[in-house]
Amino acid sequence: MIVDYVIWIVLLPLISFAIQIFFGKRLPRQGDWLPTSVMFIDLLLSLIVAGKVFSAYDPEFRITRSFEWVVLGTTTIKFGILIDNLTAVMLFIVTLVSSLVHLFSIGYMHGDPRYSRYFAYLSLFSFSMLGLISVDNFLGIYMFWELVGVSSYLLIGFWFEKHSASNAAKKAFLVNRVGDVGMFIGILLIFAITHTFNFSEVFGKIAAGELSGALLTTAGILIFCGAVGKSAQFPLHVWLPDAMEGPTPVSALIHAATMVAAGVYLVGRTFVLYSEHALLVIAGIGTITAFIAATIAVVQMDIKKVLAYSTISQLGYMIAALGVGGYNAGLFHLMTHAFFKALLFLGAGSVIHAMHHEQDMRQMGGLRHKLPVTFATFLIATMAISGVPGLAGFFSKDAILAASLEKAMETGMLYHYTIFAILIFTAGLTAFYMFRALFLTFYGTPRNKEKFDHAHESPGTMTIPLVALAVFTVIGGYGKWFEELVRKPNLQMFAESGAVQDATHAATEAAAHGAHTIAMVLSIAFAFGGIAVAMLYYYWNKYSAEAVSKKFAGIYNFLWNKWYFDELYQATAVRGTLLLSKAMGWFDLNVIDGLVNNTARLTTLISFGSGTTDNRIVDGLVNWVARIIGWFGATLREIQTGRVQAYILMALGAFILLYVIQLAMV
Amino acid sequence: MMAVGLNHFLVLSALLFVLGLLAVLTKKNAVTVLMGIELILNAANINFIAFSRYADTDLDGQLFALFVIITAAAGAAVALAIVLNIYKQMRSVNLDEADTLAG
Amino acid sequence: MIPNILSVIVFLPVVGMLIVLLLPKEKKTAIKMVSAVFTGLQVIIAWQIYVNFDTNTTSMQFVEQVKWIESFNIWYFVGIDGLSVSMVLLTALLSFIAIVASWNIDRAEKAYFALFLLLDAGMMGVFVALDFFLFYIFWEVMLLPMYFLIGIWGGPRREYAAIKFFLYTLLGSVLMLLALLVLYFNVKDPVTGGHTFNMLHMMDQANHAGILKQFNIRLLVYAALFIGFAIKVPIFPFHTWLPDAHVEAPTPISVILAGVLLKMGTYGMLRISFPILPDAMKWEPFLYGFVILAVINIVYGSLCAMAQTDLKKLVAYSSIGHMGVVLLGMAGLTSLGMNGAVLQMFNHGIVSGMLFLLVGVIYDRAHHREISGFGGLASQMPIYTGIASLAFFANLGLPGLNNFISEAFSFLGAFGSEAFNLKVYTIIGTLGIILTAGYMLWTLQRVFFGPLNPKYVNMPEVNTRELITLVPLGILVIVLGVYPNLLLNLMEVSLNNLVQTVLNAPSFLLGMQ
Repeated sequence: MIVDYVIWIVLLPLISFAIQIFFGKRLPRQGDWLPTSVMFIDLLLSLIVAGKVFSAYDPEFRITRSFEWVVLGTTTIKFGILIDNLTAVMLFIVTLVSSLVHLFSIGYMHGDPRYSRYFAYLSLFSFSMLGLISVDNFLGIYMFWELVGVSSYLLIGFWFEKHSASNAAKKAFLVNRVGDVGMFIGILLIFAITHTFNFSEVFGKIAAGELSGALLTTAGILIFCGAVGKSAQFPLHVWLPDAMEGPTPVSALIHAATMVAAGVYLVGRTFVLYSEHALLVIAGIGTITAFIAATIAVVQMDIKKVLAYSTISQLGYMIAALGVGGYNAGLFHLMTHAFFKALLFLGAGSVIHAMHHEQDMRQMGGLRHKLPVTFATFLIATMAISGVPGLAGFFSKDAILAASLEKAMETGMLYHYTIFAILIFTAGLTAFYMFRALFLTFYGTPRNKEKFDHAHESPGTMTIPLVALAVFTVIGGYGKWFEELVRKPNLQMFAESGAVQDATHAATEAAAHGAHTIAMVLSIAFAFGGIAVAMLYYYWNKYSAEAVSKKFAGIYNFLWNKWYFDELYQATAVRGTLLLSKAMGWFDLNVIDGLVNNTARLTTLISFGSGTTDNRIVDGLVNWVARIIGWFGATLREIQTGRVQAYILMALGAFILLYVIQLAMV
Repeated sequence: MMAVGLNHFLVLSALLFVLGLLAVLTKKNAVTVLMGIELILNAANINFIAFSRYADTDLDGQLFALFVIITAAAGAAVALAIVLNIYKQMRSVNLDEADTLAG
Repeated sequence: MIPNILSVIVFLPVVGMLIVLLLPKEKKTAIKMVSAVFTGLQVIIAWQIYVNFDTNTTSMQFVEQVKWIESFNIWYFVGIDGLSVSMVLLTALLSFIAIVASWNIDRAEKAYFALFLLLDAGMMGVFVALDFFLFYIFWEVMLLPMYFLIGIWGGPRREYAAIKFFLYTLLGSVLMLLALLVLYFNVKDPVTGGHTFNMLHMMDQANHAGILKQFNIRLLVYAALFIGFAIKVPIFPFHTWLPDAHVEAPTPISVILAGVLLKMGTYGMLRISFPILPDAMKWEPFLYGFVILAVINIVYGSLCAMAQTDLKKLVAYSSIGHMGVVLLGMAGLTSLGMNGAVLQMFNHGIVSGMLFLLVGVIYDRAHHREISGFGGLASQMPIYTGIASLAFFANLGLPGLNNFISEAFSFLGAFGSEAFNLKVYTIIGTLGIILTAGYMLWTLQRVFFGPLNPKYVNMPEVNTRELITLVPLGILVIVLGVYPNLLLNLMEVSLNNLVQTVLNAPSFLLGMQ
């Protein structure tokens, strides 16, 4: 029953995609209403599903249904749907943000020459994303994984006439592919050992000890590679800022709220796969990402770039949270982040729309009176991401910090303390750069008078989604339901011997509480510290940011150039591959094919040689024999004069000769 | 005074033979050549008869000489006929001109 | 059901050819129509085969066996199993599509279509023959029309390409002939005790006698067969005929070359080398050599493709890479890998056919194929761009499109092989996934994206005839991507049997040395 709803949730966008791509142009209003209403139906359905799932209020709630997709000899590959609390939450997040983004796009994309195509792509994305969160096996998740990748590719490169857009699309797909191949190899490894793709069966085999030790760690890290690519983690984070070339609602939906969170979802979904060692790697990667991205965001001037780096940083938080065992915290942050980051992007979209596609904050300023709704909602989201108490972001970020401190106290490892320290420092940075963006955009004096004068608040289709998301940003963090329902899975749940309760849970409760208080105090302190610094520089203008950037030009340039990652990859991986391919192409053309052609040439040469030999020597011999005989003949014919007397004379001569010879011999 | 013996005959025959051969080899006229052949044949005949007279008691040599004379007559007849024919064809009995068999 | 259905499907094109030859050469439309009708009929017969194929048996189906040359024990022996049925379907489909794509051939039409139909018969024959001699005959029958089709209707360097193709293939044929003779003289006919060309008898190791009992000889025979087939696949370093032949051949012939001819190499291996000489195939130096060549094919082919500036050459090199995946899937001797490999043969036929047709479309309009000479076609030709994107994404293995599932199965099979440890090779092979995505997307960007090249502002959109060739393939790309069982069901039983036979075959090294 619930499964049927989910199947429809997944399939409806696919149907609308098919209709939209073939007939979209001919439908009234280019068919924008179709995918949009389909998404709202999806939202409704997922609300029903969520209602049914949550009303059971069981942390171990799961429904699966699968069918045999391919049967080959002894190998059966099943494909199916898995619904548990996490799926229900994800369904809700995705359909909510997606439907609001659809609505927002009606205003934002108005008048675009490929308007209908845009909605088709959005539908394709929604289908893939919803599929991704509903499937019950590794192969399925990989397939939808690639499909969200391609819809992201299509949407980033939507304005493909722009070189930067098509470049960004290509870059996004390829960087993701690198991670995906890692994930694919991980799936190969898992399948080779467990002979199944199904999550529960794989975990069951891990619980049974069939996959363990270094191999398990390897498998875990390989699967995590997929998340590194999709969730833009260091070192594969470089694609996400470029992906901002896509339309802004797309950035909100795909590159902020949902698709990039798929990596986090993947790690959450396959959480029991990760051994302690794998988790160390995951935590490290997440932390590094959070820090690097936050530092870069501090100096960016493009409003969407700031948000992009902020997204990377927040995703780093989520991954780090999962890495330190804060399963619930990480996924909770995924949800709240989806709300406020979608809101931020849509807000930025509204600003950009108002400023006629100007994204540079140096051209903005003082917009708060012109765009009151946008400003208000943007402010709420900024406060949420900065960790101002009371908003959704505060609760989730606080949970992450608490989880990391808890882990550090539990293990006592310097590694984990460092992670906590970096995360908390980054929280301060986050508050700083977000308020910097807010002040630069909405406060101060307009720096581009002309564009400012033309600016106007966006239409209702665009402001309604803002308000709706703002509501969720405010209320999203309250209630214990998330904490209680999305519980960290453990291997025992999948062991065939039946569920053994997690005994460690209660013991750590007390320690957790202590950690929680410290983390909360520190996080509030850093958040307000960050906000205060931002106010000093950009609100009260007590200090000049430019002066600081001049003073620390080295650091500033380093950050402005995004730690030179692009340059590094360009110089190594990209150029390396291209050079290698050139070399191989040359090798093929000149060496291998050259060998073939030279063989041909040599053969021709040899054949010419043997032809000559045949002509001159073998045939020559035959001709010489003939010629010699001919010469003899010609010579001898002279004797036959036809004169009888000559013959007689010869006979006489011969007789005399013979006689003389005979005499001589005697 | 020396008695006439076999050697005298042989010398005579040799002289005749050489004269005949000389005629055959050097003369251009076919008729003269035929006459040379007759001389050669008769040189042989003298030899036959001489050997028959001095070395043998039988008449084999004489008999052979008679045969030679007869066949020579027949041969001469044939040869003369050929010469006549050649003369008819070529209006000449010069042997140097009759070289149509030359290779 | 049609009686003697295999003979009908093989010789139908020959009948078509005779009719074409009888037509006066001025009647161009009639010639084309006859060709289209006969290849169309072939598709219908192929459909009949598909419908009537029994998916539950490992034995040969639709068998016809008639004595042909009695003194040498040569039979007209045809039949298909799960391995060949997919190839028969592919050949019928691509032949028809290639005929439609040949509509704009504008010189010596009569000869062209007659040769094409002969080629069609040869290809079909190769896939149904079960008598090695018959197989060889069809193999050679196919060669000659191909030579002329490239050499007469090809591009500027057609003579060079045709001769290169011909010589290469002939080299392969000679080696195959040697192996054929060794097999003929050393395999006993179980009934008469004499020599036999019957492949099924050859597959039964009990019939092997004489020098075939010596392991060295078996290795030599296997190597000869391998090189013979490797040239067709083509496997590095025997591949250089392929870029030239593909580039110079007219579009429909490229479609046939990439779609059908390349498959004959791998088909030959699966039909002949593997089951007849399983121990040689499993001999480790050979097997790992095979896998290393497969990986080289993938990585090297993809890298070379990336370096190309000619669109058609790029597609040609991409074929080399994709055939590497087929080889990798075969090598692991797992049912997953084997099914993946044969499915990949079919899928690659579809996708590469599509890609060549697509290149043909813009070549007909722009008269060049330089990738850098285009740009921004997406805004001028949206339908064309859509179909091209579909083919490009299928080629780079996007899930939901056909190539993905077969490539994934091939990799899964090779990686999970229990008989051999191919894990490292498979991992290197997966690099091809990134590289393929790299060059395909780069090409997509250079040809279709960016500002429209002003030279092509009036470039016409794909026409109906081109759509007739592209759309069926596009539909197959999607359908097989979502539901590969349509084909897997056909071949699964036979291929599993093949895998088991090869795996369980005694190793001569251990047993009979």
